[in-house]
Amino acid sequence: MKNPLDSLWGTVISGLVLTIVLYFVAQKLVVQVFA
Amino acid sequence: MDYVPAIMRWLHLMAGVMWIGLLYYFNFVQVAALKAAAADNTAGGITKHVAPRALFYFRWAALVTWLAGAALLGGNFVAAFTLHANFAVIGIGAWLGTIMLLNVWGLIWPNQKKILGIKPATDEEKVKARRIAFLASRTNTMLSIPMLFFMAAGAHSAIYGF
Repeated sequence: MKNPLDSLWGTVISGLVLTIVLYFVAQKLVVQVFA
Repeated sequence: MDYVPAIMRWLHLMAGVMWIGLLYYFNFVQVAALKAAAADNTAGGITKHVAPRALFYFRWAALVTWLAGAALLGGNFVAAFTLHANFAVIGIGAWLGTIMLLNVWGLIWPNQKKILGIKPATDEEKVKARRIAFLASRTNTMLSIPMLFFMAAGAHSAIYGF
């Protein structure tokens, strides 16, 4: 499998996917605290 | 008005713009430009005159950004880095920024010194250094996307749904 970081598009898409994943992680952390 | 947080936030933003701006310059412009320049033997101008100057501002802007960010967190520094209470959002941004800073000073700069001839290296070491520096820089470009999201969300949590 090719490393996505070898292309600019792969890098940007990986960053967007990571943002979405971390968004849900952060929501869980915030909800846990205030629940 | 409390001057310290106001000045630190301003400094954090200015240094951050310089850091990430130069990171995007390297990844979106210089990598492709060096490839094209190598094909017609004109890469020397970039590696000799542009890259060292860009790297100078890049690595010091990274450090200033982090220090100003740490000063901004102040007494909430530990709460942010342990993702505690309502500091989880800015904490994720702070962790991403910290990993990026370590990439700059621990991987990108030491390997760029070999590539640019600031530190002696064999051709084989230079090939290895080029790959490590490239991947570390691309990793930072990838991490900058969620990092900027969480930095913005940390300061404006309501509009980001936190």
